[in-house]
Amino acid sequence: MSELLDTFLNWDYIAQVLPDLLRTGLANTLVLAGFSAVFGTVLGLGLAVLGLSRHRWLRWPARVYTDVFRGLPAIVTILLVGQGLAIVARPLVGTDPYPLGILALSLIAAAYIGEIFRAGIQSVDKGQSEAARALGMTHTATMARVVVPQGVRRVLPALVNQFISLIKDSSLVYFLGLLASQRELFRIGQDLASNTGNLSPLVAAGLVYLVITVPLTHLVNSIDRRLREGKPVPGGDSLDELEPARA
Amino acid sequence: MTSSSLRVRDVHLSFGSLEVLRGVDLEVPRGTTTCVIGPSGSGKSTLLRAINQLERPSRGDVLLDDESVISSDPDRLRRRIGMVFQHFNLFGHRTVLDNLVLPLRSVLRLSKEEARDRALRYLGDVGLAEKAPYRPAALSGGQRQRVAIARALAMGPEVMLFDEATSALDPELVKGVLALMAELSSSGMTMVVVTHEMGFAREVSDQVAFMDHGRVVEAGPPERVFSSAESPRLRNFLAQVL
Repeated sequence: MSELLDTFLNWDYIAQVLPDLLRTGLANTLVLAGFSAVFGTVLGLGLAVLGLSRHRWLRWPARVYTDVFRGLPAIVTILLVGQGLAIVARPLVGTDPYPLGILALSLIAAAYIGEIFRAGIQSVDKGQSEAARALGMTHTATMARVVVPQGVRRVLPALVNQFISLIKDSSLVYFLGLLASQRELFRIGQDLASNTGNLSPLVAAGLVYLVITVPLTHLVNSIDRRLREGKPVPGGDSLDELEPARA
Repeated sequence: MTSSSLRVRDVHLSFGSLEVLRGVDLEVPRGTTTCVIGPSGSGKSTLLRAINQLERPSRGDVLLDDESVISSDPDRLRRRIGMVFQHFNLFGHRTVLDNLVLPLRSVLRLSKEEARDRALRYLGDVGLAEKAPYRPAALSGGQRQRVAIARALAMGPEVMLFDEATSALDPELVKGVLALMAELSSSGMTMVVVTHEMGFAREVSDQVAFMDHGRVVEAGPPERVFSSAESPRLRNFLAQVL
């Protein structure tokens, strides 16, 4: 029993790995996941709008893209993009695996986020766009100012779930080969675990993941509750400078 | 207010194989109000939607002051025609004020200050200026519909279309909205009102048009339509609703 406990919770190893995890790993994981989340969201929104276009030749590529990147295992995309494009990317970014890793993660995230946005936009009542059109707003203005903002709001919880996935999937970038300073949470834990033959460093890495992801999960729940109760989401719109919106 | 006349000429419209409008003719002189009545499914709402091109007629034309609606750019046309919907369709993510400001800025390209002043003036006209900073969800149905009317009027339309504007309201809220519509009618706005409110049709309209099976079966001054209807279908309909 104490042997088992030692395998997972050896405090010496945990104490040894923790500084690296917090100083190097956490920052790197957040860089990978953060940039991928931003690019993936922008690209995903574009995919969603294209996927809902009235023109078949805009809709079709968006659907194919989504099918391909959702259908491939993340690791396949990461290796194909990270290694396959390495030669092309070298003059631009050198041998740093981060840019291509972020690109691969963003491409994957965009496919999922695009579907989330598409569902959200489609769930907006048709009367909203009809009212906007009846007021003389163009199709583009209607989408940008009326339909998309409401669709996006509705899918915030699903979006945050996707960010949680990204944080976890960012560990896969280690397959591209990382220098000591580039190691993210998983790799740092894994390195010491294989050096020592003890899993405690990996447990420590896991705990740091949880420190990021569990609060996000709760954020999802609270957004969800707010939306269901119809309270305004903080940081929403406002052209007016009278008073904050209520109800 | 500069209102326009409206002429509907032989308008046909189908959804797939379902022919909803089968040659509608209707004349709405400048500054008058026409109420469109008829059983559900008779094409009343579709007619309104064809007038402002939310649905595209397959045949026929609509003339706004002798200008063809069919051949004009829908976005430009809709600036001249205001529409009020059964379910209000206020923008739920925006405040009441922003519901008016958004189209004023986006379509008429007013400055922030101009749009705001105009929005508050029109909200004041429907008695809801103090609701400006609230979200639509905080308002009653009647208040929401009055905001929707203010939103349409703020754009300076030449014709107003009302699609069963009071059908989704609680009975005690209907009166206020109808009073607002009556006031607008007497101010000289050209209006086409699809309604089940026979009292309103009788008292406010200059003309009542009865639609059935995608056609205007009978049209005339309200006193004639209500008391000496010619067609058996209209007599039958009136017997059911009155």
